[in-house]
Amino acid sequence: MGSAPSAAAPSVTPQPDAARESGTARGAPALTAAGLVLLRDLTLAFRRRGELLQPLAFFAIVTTLFPLAVSPELSRLREIAPGVLWVAALLAALLALEFLFRDDAHDGTLEQYSLSGQSLAWLLLAKTAAHWLLTGLPLALIAPFAAESLGVSTGLAGVVASVAVGTVCLSLIGSISAALTLGIRRSGVLLSLLTLPLSLPVLIFGARATELAIRGLPYTAPLELLAALAVLGVTLAPLAAAAAVRISLE
Amino acid sequence: MSWTWFHRLGSPPYVYGLARRLTPWFAWGAGLLLLCGLYGGLVLAPPDYRQGNDFRIIYVHAPSAWMSLMVYTTMAVAAAVGLIWRMKVAHAVAASCATIGASFTFAALVTGSLWGVRMWGTWWEWDPRLTSELILLFLYLGYMGLRAAIEDTQRADRASGLLAVVGVVNVPIIHYSVVWWNSLHQAPSVMRLGKPTMPPAMLLPLLIMLAGFTLLFAALLLVRLRGEILNRERTAAWIREALEA
Repeated sequence: MGSAPSAAAPSVTPQPDAARESGTARGAPALTAAGLVLLRDLTLAFRRRGELLQPLAFFAIVTTLFPLAVSPELSRLREIAPGVLWVAALLAALLALEFLFRDDAHDGTLEQYSLSGQSLAWLLLAKTAAHWLLTGLPLALIAPFAAESLGVSTGLAGVVASVAVGTVCLSLIGSISAALTLGIRRSGVLLSLLTLPLSLPVLIFGARATELAIRGLPYTAPLELLAALAVLGVTLAPLAAAAAVRISLE
Repeated sequence: MSWTWFHRLGSPPYVYGLARRLTPWFAWGAGLLLLCGLYGGLVLAPPDYRQGNDFRIIYVHAPSAWMSLMVYTTMAVAAAVGLIWRMKVAHAVAASCATIGASFTFAALVTGSLWGVRMWGTWWEWDPRLTSELILLFLYLGYMGLRAAIEDTQRADRASGLLAVVGVVNVPIIHYSVVWWNSLHQAPSVMRLGKPTMPPAMLLPLLIMLAGFTLLFAALLLVRLRGEILNRERTAAWIREALEA
């Protein structure tokens, strides 16, 4: 079991322990390193802007499917709007998950991270944060336009808030399953099979908050539950994702 | 306290022999209890005053639903033991649990649906317990899918073990969110099966069936565990001795 890391370690860093000690000597390395990873991921993403638009386009297309499939009547669409928005957001977030670790796993960056002596959980949290900034936040920002097209014109602030907080949870849950499916060929369906059951609470609370917001009712209770899930996710998901990355790299 | 019993459980030949010796006890115990429970439940227990004889499916449904959760917990505990102490046998236990648990979950869904068609007049109702059970089935399928997708056994063990542990943290969250979702969307008009004041003639067979199902799970687990160990250790020398003995 220990053969893989010990075989890989000498070729990269002769003494990982020494690296760790010198890292701590420089002071607050975990947060600094995490901030650098965040900046790096954002920079890389902005060099390929085209890919950033894909989840958004997917979200827009899925939202378009419903008027075509159900009915163009705005009164009927308004009723199903929260569900439509949330299913579309969930699927778009799921689609974007494949890009979360894939490139870094291919070119060995993740391996370097895990050997760097830095806390892998912090680095993965930074990567997940970058992923949310690039997919979850834009989704939340275009959600009001999709809502408007479904005949919803009230409570758009609630729509943005619930999608923004909900996609934080989705990115965090997704980071675990994306890390678990690293290195598996054609992992798309498996990734959905692992992620969707775990994200059902997010869907329930998110759709509920959106529905209440659209109806003009107070929506803070489901939004706070969603935020509680996000806090739980920030606390635990990076640890699980780090363990999963280590398993996948073995 | 001596920990030798725990260390011995890490040895595949020892566990293989132990499983072989214990299987008949659990299997006969399960058979006996299931016969008693079924006789008590299907013959001796009086018909329910509102549901007539239809309620008797509870003697299969409730234990299956109970086992679906218990098997998942067993799987997650075994996976955690395997991850923490790197015990190969614990991973084999977790791997053996998945199919059994998925089968119990499926049985609980089918019997619940059969009961629903008589009581609610519909095969499927988005009742919180049925919905949670369905999600549990998806969790089992995800676990099995992840195992099947990874070829290397050790990696499959650890990755799926981590998934089981993550899943067990999520099961209560999923369950309560589904209950909460349901209480908002559906009027509580659904007739509930669980009555707090069940007469002893109905309750006793149910408890016997619960014990019987637990023993049945233990017996099935031991049989599957032996198969799993044989498959994993197929190149080891002790296998030939064990099979010749």
